[in-house]
Amino acid sequence: MTTASTDGARSHARSQAGGATMRIPALPDGVDGDRLVWSESVPADSYATRVLGRGTRLRFADPDGRACAHLLLFRADASWERLNVADTMKVPWQAYLSVGHPLLSDQGRVLATVVADTSGHHDLLCGLPPAAQQKMLLATIKHGMDIRDVAPSATLFKGARVEETGALTYTGSAGPGAGVELLIQLPVVVAVVNTAHPLDPQPAVTGLDIVAWRAPDELTSPVNHEPEYLRALFNTESTWAAAQSSEVLK
Amino acid sequence: MTSTLSTVIRDEVVAACQPWSAILRTGQSLQIVDLHGNQAVDTLFYAVDGDTVDPAGRYSAQATVAAQRNIFLTTGSVLRAADGRALVTIVADEVGNHDTIAGACSKESNTLRYGHHTVHQHACAENFLAEAARWGMGKRDIVSNVNFFMNVPVEADGTLGIVDGLSAPGKSLTVRAETDTLVLVSNCPQINNPCNGFDPTPVRMVITRA
Repeated sequence: MTTASTDGARSHARSQAGGATMRIPALPDGVDGDRLVWSESVPADSYATRVLGRGTRLRFADPDGRACAHLLLFRADASWERLNVADTMKVPWQAYLSVGHPLLSDQGRVLATVVADTSGHHDLLCGLPPAAQQKMLLATIKHGMDIRDVAPSATLFKGARVEETGALTYTGSAGPGAGVELLIQLPVVVAVVNTAHPLDPQPAVTGLDIVAWRAPDELTSPVNHEPEYLRALFNTESTWAAAQSSEVLK
Repeated sequence: MTSTLSTVIRDEVVAACQPWSAILRTGQSLQIVDLHGNQAVDTLFYAVDGDTVDPAGRYSAQATVAAQRNIFLTTGSVLRAADGRALVTIVADEVGNHDTIAGACSKESNTLRYGHHTVHQHACAENFLAEAARWGMGKRDIVSNVNFFMNVPVEADGTLGIVDGLSAPGKSLTVRAETDTLVLVSNCPQINNPCNGFDPTPVRMVITRA
């Protein structure tokens, strides 16, 4: 196929998609296809972003066992409010993520809650390796932000544990097939970089699958009944309701 | 000790609950003295060019703990920016360990931790924002900080919390600047947990050059 003319170049360009193969993560069994809002596979050392509404269920999966998802969340309607990893550990009195753990903003609100987890290998302590900061920077710049918004991040699918001395032990991956699901509780910009955990002696990662679907009914009952969580939920729901135009709520 | 050879540039007392800031030039040292004991000193560091903050040179608790593979800060700890560069090194420590995973208190997080009756109490995030504004910075420039003299153990199951401190009246810690660095401090006003012994007190800041 010639690309010496615009006609040939256009035909060449248009012929490419038809013959290509592309990994498209599937919705979990039992979720209707019309609820799908995002499906994307993120190769090693790449990144993805998306704006997700309240009441979205967001699933990350590690099909091949070496994905490592470094995650930032920002309020989509006020990006200066963002994931605060310190409050995310301190407020629930728990450093390790598991089901029921809120991802808290710096304003005492729940951006998302972990609602399913078959990995258990996560980390809020170590963040991105310095060499990968540029990828997260690009993700934030695409949403009008800059280096100041590249805040401490959460890491999924590669874990670390604290010894009594304070020493960090790298616990690696749970193996192929693990998944983590978040319930999104305020509109957020999701920015995720699939790259090495800074303590991983074998830094090569494998593909990360992302799929998200509408699940508004899940907003109606608390995921967790601890007092700190319920107060965070109160802050979240009351702030959200107050900002809605009356017409929307009729 | 080289103290007899060093020159004191600033020697100030930060009143209880108040913010403070200063630029350390490369090689200068800051000694923080916990005058009355168990007073958390929430601190952030920013690389500066002259008097202008470099937003890429902001302290990163995560880069710092990952590089030293330990969550506790003490003598020898190098406090780093997210790009890995060294900002300051802890060169003396009479306490043993200092926190950098639990962040600063805020009015908003106080409502979660203690209840909504605490929302109008003073908090470190307020001090940080007010002091950062003096240097042309805003909310987006504030990240997870160091809590000097604050004790936050992590248990085997991940349970963590602020518990009684290891410091005592007169104990101090000294950092040395590895590059020109702005030091932003909130002398913590928290009264709902043991980080200040339930009684916020003044601390002393002594900057010297060798």
